[in-house]
Amino acid sequence: MVATAIAHGHDLNLLGLADTEHEGPAPKRIVTGYGFWIFLLSDMVMFSCFFAAYAVLLGQTAGGPSGAELFNLRSVAVETTCLLLSSFACGMASIAAEVHSHLWFQIAMAVTCVLGLAFLAIEFHEFADLVARGAGPSRSAFLSAFFTLVGCHGMHVSAGTLWLLTMMAQVFAKGFRADIQRRFLCFALFWHALDIIWVAVFSVVYLLGSAV
Amino acid sequence: MSDVHGLPHQPDVAPGDEVGSIRLHVLGYLIGLGLALVLTATSFFVASTDLVWQPSIPVAIVVLAIAQMGVHVVFFLHITTGPDNTNNVMALAFGLLIVFLVIGGSLWIMSNLNQNMPPMDQLMLMQR
Repeated sequence: MVATAIAHGHDLNLLGLADTEHEGPAPKRIVTGYGFWIFLLSDMVMFSCFFAAYAVLLGQTAGGPSGAELFNLRSVAVETTCLLLSSFACGMASIAAEVHSHLWFQIAMAVTCVLGLAFLAIEFHEFADLVARGAGPSRSAFLSAFFTLVGCHGMHVSAGTLWLLTMMAQVFAKGFRADIQRRFLCFALFWHALDIIWVAVFSVVYLLGSAV
Repeated sequence: MSDVHGLPHQPDVAPGDEVGSIRLHVLGYLIGLGLALVLTATSFFVASTDLVWQPSIPVAIVVLAIAQMGVHVVFFLHITTGPDNTNNVMALAFGLLIVFLVIGGSLWIMSNLNQNMPPMDQLMLMQR
C-alpha cells in the first residue's frame, strides 16, 4: 500500500536514516504493479509485431476486397466510445476500491463489464458479417493480418472481461484485502492498456486502412 | 497523503497509483476522458472529410493517435515524469524503443525489398 510506504519513509526520516543507502525492499504493491507493467509492455511489443505485419500486408489483397470496401467506420466509432467509457468506469472503480466503497465499486465494475461486452458484441457481429461476405481470414494476406491483429485484441478484451467478473466476485466475497487490492491494480492497468492498444487499432487498421 | 512531496526520499509509486484527494482523482479521469473523446472525434472527422488537404490525412491520424495514447498514459495509467515514477518511465521508454524498431524496421525492410526484389514475373518484364 502507498500509505505504508509513506509511513515507512517517514519513520526513517525521524530516525535520521533517510539518507542511508538502503530503505529496505519496496512494498509489495509497488513490486507487483511494476512487474505487471513490464508484462503489459511486453504485450505491447507483441502487438507491435502484428501492427507491423498489418502495415506491410495492407496492399496484399490478392484481388479481394480492400479495407475501404469492408470497414464500417460508424460501428468502429461506437466500439471506440464503448471502450473509452469502460476505461473511464474502470477508473471510477479504482477510486471506489481506494476508499473501500463496496457499492460504488460493484456499480462501476458492472458498467465497465456491460460496455466491454457491448464492444465484444459489435466486434463479433462485424467478424461474422465479413466471413459471411466471403472476406474471411483465408481470403487474402491483408485479411489474415486484419483478423489476427483485431482478433488478438478481442481475445484480450474477452480475457479481461472474465478477469473483471472474477474481481467483482473476489471483492464481494473477501472485501478490500491488500492482496485483492493488488490484483485489482493489475486488472485496472490491463484494462487501460487494452484501450491504448485500441486507439492504435482504430487509427491504423480502420482509419488508415480505409484511406488506402 | 499530500505530505509525500515534503519528504526528502520519495517512495516509488506503482503504475496506476495516484496521490491526492478523491475529487482530484475523479477530475483527473474526467479531464482524460474529455481529451480522449475530443481526439477520437477529431481523427474520425479528419478521416472522412474533404475539407482537409488529402495527403496530410495519414500524418494527422498518426499524430492524433499518438497524442491520445499520451493522454491515456498520463490520465488513466498515471505514468508521469515525477521522481517517484522513474522506473515506470524507463520501462516505458524501453518498450517504446522496441515497438518503434519492430514497426519502423519492418516497414523499411519490406519497402526496400518491394523496390529491389520484385516478383519473378515483373522481373522478367523489366529485363525484356
